[in-house]
Amino acid sequence: MVFSFFQWVESTRMHEAISSSSWAFAVIESVHLLALSVIGGAVLMLDLRFLGMGLRRQSIQDVAREAHPWLVASLIVMLVTGVALFVSEPTKCYYSIPFWWKMTSLALAIVFTFTVRRKVAMADELSMRPIWHRLTAVVSLLLWFGVGSGGRWIGFSG
Amino acid sequence: MSLLPFCEWLASTSGSIALHESLYMYPLVESVHVLTLCVFVGMSVMLDVRLLGIALRKVPVAEVTDRLVPWMLAGFVVMFISGLLLFYAIPVRSYQNIFFRMKVIALVLAGANAWVFHSGVHKKVHEWGIGRTPPRKARLAGGISLFLWAFIIVCGRMIAYNWFDCDMNPGPTLRLLTGCVGKEVAGGEK
Repeated sequence: MVFSFFQWVESTRMHEAISSSSWAFAVIESVHLLALSVIGGAVLMLDLRFLGMGLRRQSIQDVAREAHPWLVASLIVMLVTGVALFVSEPTKCYYSIPFWWKMTSLALAIVFTFTVRRKVAMADELSMRPIWHRLTAVVSLLLWFGVGSGGRWIGFSG
Repeated sequence: MSLLPFCEWLASTSGSIALHESLYMYPLVESVHVLTLCVFVGMSVMLDVRLLGIALRKVPVAEVTDRLVPWMLAGFVVMFISGLLLFYAIPVRSYQNIFFRMKVIALVLAGANAWVFHSGVHKKVHEWGIGRTPPRKARLAGGISLFLWAFIIVCGRMIAYNWFDCDMNPGPTLRLLTGCVGKEVAGGEK
């Protein structure tokens, strides 16, 4: 079922266009990397604040409000370029363990970021014990690290 | 003066060969190099957009530099060391790679831009840092930094491609720019 979908992706014109071009993959991946640095900054800024580091003279809510648009914008760029990278080699991805590792981490990271992490960030800072802030930061950093390490490893395998 | 003999000597050392041929070390070093982007460039981007007056407008610039620059420096040290190791693994091919050369030039420019900012307009950050929109010199430094680091990231990614390598028989201009001499035997790339 999943495999036949991936095979269908491989038969699309978009796949043909990206994989037959000598430079398209390189350009898309460069944009993917540019967005990586932005999303890294947006995620780290708030997670460091949760941990009592970085911009700690600002309230958690303020840091979260500042970081959020950058997180959302860079995530959109990452998803769009990421889909394009996937379309260029879907069957390779199907057999790649790092790919599935990355997709699992990504799904968890997105859900966690927009539910638990967002709630914790927007809640009254003083009503919450600091341990919950720290725990949120650690889970967020681990999940996004899973996404990043998996992503880099797709390129090494196969 | 050419650094080619030095690069050739470097390539012949046992450490370089070991790293080049290693199954896990090279990918590991490269992963560290790429993922540290989030720490170093990620924090730089936040500082740069503050300097441009786009984000963190309520946060004094001095606070952003005081609190985020240590993270940037730590990230930079890791990027620099892992970058040196990547060069050490593949010295000759990197040295004669057009993207590598552009990246090194852009790195020097980015360093100069940071130095000009810190020894110049940033010295008086306590006078202007609370304002939502920093003075022109600070905005310029932020804009230049954003552009250069984006350029450096793209060049860094492109080093992996051999389009313009010496063994691809580039034209005379490229041969000059990449320092290709005679018949080249380029080192492989992962």
